[in-house]
Amino acid sequence: MALTIAAAPAKAETIEVTIEKLVFSPASIEAKVGDTIEWVNKDVFAHTATVKGDWEVMIPPKTSASMILQKAEAFDYFCRFHPNMKGRLTVTSP
Amino acid sequence: MFIRSTTALAALFLLSAATLAQASDKPSDPQIAHIAYTAGVLDVEAAVQALKKSKNKEILDFAKDMVRDHEAVNKQALDLVKKLNVTPEDNATSKALTKVADEERAKLAKLDGAAFDKAYVDNEVAYHKQVNGALETLLIPSAENAELKSLLETGLKLFQGHEQHAEHVAGMLK
Repeated sequence: MALTIAAAPAKAETIEVTIEKLVFSPASIEAKVGDTIEWVNKDVFAHTATVKGDWEVMIPPKTSASMILQKAEAFDYFCRFHPNMKGRLTVTSP
Repeated sequence: MFIRSTTALAALFLLSAATLAQASDKPSDPQIAHIAYTAGVLDVEAAVQALKKSKNKEILDFAKDMVRDHEAVNKQALDLVKKLNVTPEDNATSKALTKVADEERAKLAKLDGAAFDKAYVDNEVAYHKQVNGALETLLIPSAENAELKSLLETGLKLFQGHEQHAEHVAGMLK
């Protein structure tokens, strides 16, 4: 039984990052390729999760937006509208 | 550039003068609400001017962000004063902020193209810096009501974000 579980491929997870009062929480996330990050924006302001020159997720006020992680890499991301909002994403191979 | 720095400095002096006048008599919650709301309205007015005058995409996007964010936070402020049954009260700091912003808008009205864009965004950096200073040193410490204090703290983070965003836009114009 234990062997079966160990041999089964890791199940993709959804990891939630809350945005409230201009703070990404948790600020630092560890995830695996194939996982989904879901940003839940509780503010009345639009935010983004942006990696300069790479990708950007728009997160309108009072909504959620998500992204499936494609590559094993560590990212520092920020909100383009409020660059004082910062987060970190460490993605590893499953 | 020299002229603009002087304006920013003058604005700081005006605000400090207003601050000093109230040093023995901290602003009340109705006055704080008025100052914070006024600061937002003035930045929306500056943005509306930029939306009319500028043709630069970075400037237009930034100005739209300012309108959107400041209107959103001011709506929260209005909802809060209504809930708390507080009537915002005009005061020396609100008047000083308004006077400086009116003068700055009149000056910007005479500029066009790249000169306008640069003057607008430089003033946005200076303006947000000035309001952040007032929030940190005067408004947040003076606020009595916990919900008002919390909204001001969110406002400070928002304004700090705008200051950095404005600095970024200023850097892109160079």
